[in-house]
Amino acid sequence: MRGPAGRCPNCTSPIRFRWSSAVQTTCDACRSVVVRHDVDLETIGEVSDLPVDDSPIQIGTEGRYDGKSFTVIGRIAYEYEDGGWNEWHLVFADGTSGWLSDAQLEYAVSMLVEPTSAPPALDRVRLGQEYSWRDSTLTVSTLTTARYKGVEGELPFEYWGKDDVLFADLRGHDATFATLDYSDGDPILFVGRFVEYDDLALRNVRSFDGW
Amino acid sequence: MVNAPGTPRTRGFNCANCGGAVELRALAHTRSVTCTTCGSLLDPRDPNVVILQEAARRESITPTIPLGTRGTWHGQPYEVIGFQRRSITVDGTQYSWDEYVLFNPFRGFRYLTDYQGHWNDVRTIRELPVVDTRSNRPTATHDNRKYTHFQHAQATTDFVIGEFPWRVTLGDQVVTDDFVEPPYMLSSEGTEQERTWSLGTYTPGETIWKAFGLPGAPPEPVGVFANQPNPYKKGANAGCTAFFVLFGLLVALFLLRMITADRERVFSSSYTYQPGAPEASFVTAPFTLSDDGTISIEIDANVSNNWLGFDVALINIGTGTAYNTDKELEFYFGTEGGESWTEGSRSGSMFLPSVPAGEYYLRVEPEGPAGIATGYTLRVVRDVPSKLPYAIALVCLLFLPFLTGWRSGWFEQKRQAESDYGSSSSDDDDDDED
Repeated sequence: MRGPAGRCPNCTSPIRFRWSSAVQTTCDACRSVVVRHDVDLETIGEVSDLPVDDSPIQIGTEGRYDGKSFTVIGRIAYEYEDGGWNEWHLVFADGTSGWLSDAQLEYAVSMLVEPTSAPPALDRVRLGQEYSWRDSTLTVSTLTTARYKGVEGELPFEYWGKDDVLFADLRGHDATFATLDYSDGDPILFVGRFVEYDDLALRNVRSFDGW
Repeated sequence: MVNAPGTPRTRGFNCANCGGAVELRALAHTRSVTCTTCGSLLDPRDPNVVILQEAARRESITPTIPLGTRGTWHGQPYEVIGFQRRSITVDGTQYSWDEYVLFNPFRGFRYLTDYQGHWNDVRTIRELPVVDTRSNRPTATHDNRKYTHFQHAQATTDFVIGEFPWRVTLGDQVVTDDFVEPPYMLSSEGTEQERTWSLGTYTPGETIWKAFGLPGAPPEPVGVFANQPNPYKKGANAGCTAFFVLFGLLVALFLLRMITADRERVFSSSYTYQPGAPEASFVTAPFTLSDDGTISIEIDANVSNNWLGFDVALINIGTGTAYNTDKELEFYFGTEGGESWTEGSRSGSMFLPSVPAGEYYLRVEPEGPAGIATGYTLRVVRDVPSKLPYAIALVCLLFLPFLTGWRSGWFEQKRQAESDYGSSSSDDDDDDED
């Protein structure tokens, strides 16, 4: 898969998108956040160093989910009171996109979906609240106010310089997992399921000395 | 993209209390770590946070599995990076157990717990079990397996060494609930709203010793643990299975015998008992028993509110061997309050279990009260099936499930005695928080 190419408006280094639908990427050379408008590229800021996180996943990691192969092409890093996690942006072989979240080496894959029932509003969401997704009832199990720490690589939307963001994690009685993301006030829903590291058959992961 | 150079195995910083070097085996995943020099509990993300631990305790507690030990666990390398001793207090008695944190940089964290030689292989689960509190003994269902509530308690972390992927708070109490379905145990920790669930699998100490290359042999477990598999259950099940198989066999043999028995009538004759006549015995005509086997001597007597007794000897003409037996028949009837009643029977039989083939005759000595003459009929039947040996065999067979089941039940009782529902524990101080 080959996306559009161009030059970084800031440092003129070549920029090549791996994914045709990418809206935003970061320049490898100058760490500028570059946004694509049709054919033009625009820099909207510069990312600070991402926090040390020691995830085995990195841009370029490949794996499989539900029989479909994917490549990791981007990342949003978050930090909250008790730790941090990554949302790795996946692009599947069929061009669709998804997210692999990695919180202290606990993994879940989810996709942006259209809610089947109205999600609770920002000021109404509570722990223990139930929410219906298709046939299953999910329960709000964690509410996390996280700080946006940085971005890397290609993302399907413009995401830059956010303040504190509220996330509601929902769980079901099976491996179903959902997140309500209140980044833009109105919640957007991601649904997927918890996965084990070995189920993802990951390649091109980071290496750790001695392991 | 090319792999970045390997990330160093550990990161480190200096302890704010003693200046000692603190290394992080679980890299940036660690939320709490203790200084190897002074034992202070530290926050790697805020090195100024220092919680001191009692030195005395630090000197007295040594983890059975040393920190830094690598093993192969579930087919993957894992390193022991943390140890904590936790306790619950039930009826004024403190019960302590140990927990180990295992780390793999790709697969994350797993845990081992050790209570008096009883080990559990533990991982956190992210699915929410379905908890049913409608009955007075709640259940929890996870992954199509139903667990029974075992214990509700307040757990305290008393002592820690090494690294933890959560922020350790010493001395704070958390509410725990254990549900068991041996060899599995489902445990929740935290508050009603925010519970962390974990799934433990009872694991023999030998498995741990082998996986982590520990010297010597694991200590013998003490008592019966909540999710310890019942070692007698197999025996009890086998006992039950064996019972049903043998019982079926016994029934089949019995039925076969009932169907195939000859029941050959070899002698039949009618007599009249004359009261008042001198009590005298008489002998019958000879008859032949064609084969070895059982003999039934049957009597029908026309007794009416009366009785008749018989001393009978079956005598072998060839050898003179006598098989003595006797029978008394009585039959009474009448009406009382408009209801008619009867008591006794007009017929009976005498059974001889083993009589060889040959020529025989009977010597009969009837005895009765003074009164009216009574007619009776004597019959000799060869090869009549007996129920007695089958009944004895059945009683013997019943020992099988009883004995094996008793051992299994005793084990279960010891298990339950440790729960909130055991007869020996008063659960009033455990359950009132619910």
